[in-house]
Amino acid sequence: MTLVLDRPLVLRPPRYAGFLVAAGFLVLMLAVVLVPGLFAGDPLAADPMHVLEAPSTAHWFGTDQLGRDVFDRVVHGARHSLAIATAATLLAVVAGVLLGMLAGLAHKYADEALARSFDALSAFPLILLALLFIAIAGPGALSLVVAIGIATLPHYARVVRAQTFVVRQAGYVTQAVAFGRSRLRLVLRHVLPNVLGPVPVIAVIGLGEAILAAAGLSFLGMGTQPPSPEWGAMLSEGRNYLSVAPWVSVLPGVVATLTVIALTVVGRHLQRRVEGRLG
Amino acid sequence: MIVLRRIGTGLVVLWVAATAAYLALLAAPGSTVDSIIGDGADTPLIRSQIVQEWHLDRPAVVQYVDYLWRAAHGDLGRSYLLQRPVRDVLGAQLWPTLKLALVAAVLGIALALVLAVTTRRPWSRRVSSTAELVLVSTPPFLIGLVLLSVFSFQLGLFPVSGDRGAAALVLPAVTLALPIAGVLTQVLRDGIDRALDEPFVITARARGLRERAVLARHALRHALLPAVSLLGWLGGTLLGGVVIIETVFGRPGLGQVTLQAVTSEDMPVVLAVVVFSAFAYVVLNTAADLACLVIDPRLRRS
Repeated sequence: MTLVLDRPLVLRPPRYAGFLVAAGFLVLMLAVVLVPGLFAGDPLAADPMHVLEAPSTAHWFGTDQLGRDVFDRVVHGARHSLAIATAATLLAVVAGVLLGMLAGLAHKYADEALARSFDALSAFPLILLALLFIAIAGPGALSLVVAIGIATLPHYARVVRAQTFVVRQAGYVTQAVAFGRSRLRLVLRHVLPNVLGPVPVIAVIGLGEAILAAAGLSFLGMGTQPPSPEWGAMLSEGRNYLSVAPWVSVLPGVVATLTVIALTVVGRHLQRRVEGRLG
Repeated sequence: MIVLRRIGTGLVVLWVAATAAYLALLAAPGSTVDSIIGDGADTPLIRSQIVQEWHLDRPAVVQYVDYLWRAAHGDLGRSYLLQRPVRDVLGAQLWPTLKLALVAAVLGIALALVLAVTTRRPWSRRVSSTAELVLVSTPPFLIGLVLLSVFSFQLGLFPVSGDRGAAALVLPAVTLALPIAGVLTQVLRDGIDRALDEPFVITARARGLRERAVLARHALRHALLPAVSLLGWLGGTLLGGVVIIETVFGRPGLGQVTLQAVTSEDMPVVLAVVVFSAFAYVVLNTAADLACLVIDPRLRRS
């Protein structure tokens, strides 16, 4: 009996290494959002003696134009940035699932009208649609939530609509109809749980997209107003000092990017798992 | 028949988009008269003049039909703030933005094609995939700020802001192109991977074609289909991206006009930009659908 090595014997990192690191980072982020005080000091404490200092052991991310510690601000800003993105994603998921299911169950023409509305909604670039909403409702965190929520709703609505088409043909639905279950019960007990399948995974990746959009809009000055720390707003403020102190704007951006990368890695891992492409 | 259907669907989507934007305008708090007056003199006489001039006394339905009719003819109304036709306001700023978007699109597509074809070996593939992931996840303005910090402030190679000469176009175009290249490379690579499993690749190899030719002539063509259908997405990303990129690099253009209009509640301009972006998306998407029909005969049969 011969032992066949189909692969050279090299030490490889474990298969889930990327996923584990990303998931670990997200857990850390969650902790940072829940108890920022544990990780960093006062994000508003100005120190005029130490303005625009480079990163050091005392100030890991350096200090900004008012001598505030950038690391402290990034840590406290996580709460604002991630709260906006999470709320927007939740809004998009809830509205998207309801509308998608409605379209999937509705009469042919109503379905067509809804489906075209989803198309029309996704015809607008996210940023521009959000700007239209902000032009109407005024800037602010709440505007960002609603704007991003509406703009990303078609993702979920489309998937759920397609799922609903599959589910309404299923035997258990036919059987429930035959048993004379009420419509409400039919939808809530039989359709809803079964169309939700792919939604959580899309939502994880969608959350990353929402973080990017929220940061972009705050960067344009449409979100949280200073001095409260928010990643996009910090980038925008730090921009004026880019030539002398790039860390003030770049490092908050790097943390935002790492968060989005972690979400994408976890999201794709889950997606592969759901699709059964993982050994 | 399929062609007509696609174009029809595109028109319907465009109509819904224009209507939705119009409804959004109606839903805006505060009266239109207030928005037009802005910080100017506010007397009952001026108010009634404005109502007459802008035909605000007509029923909403009439105004809506009038808006659609004019929009269909390319008349997008007048800016509240600048008191000039929106078409002129946008037209003056269209070229700088279009220039940036086109250069970025070409750059992004070229980079994606090169990366997808050349990074086939395991290690280069892993490096490239990681780079794509990072690019796709990075806020575009961060890429811009980093490039600006390194190439303009530290190395002094490119101007910091403005739109003078080709040198000023380099950094903004690269900033806009990198995330696009990231997404397109992923799509192309997936497509090539799938195509390489197809029987026609075995045939091509059996005919003695070199691996590079198999990739470029057979697998890549196959992989183009999903990439082409992203054309609408590409246009939207470019249009949305310029708003941010123009701010980062202090360039004139549609993005700057849009931002100014949003902050000063100049609704006709905001509305026009949004409807224009939807128009661009629908045109590109329809074009992409038709291009797919041309590329892949199998789609024509269904």
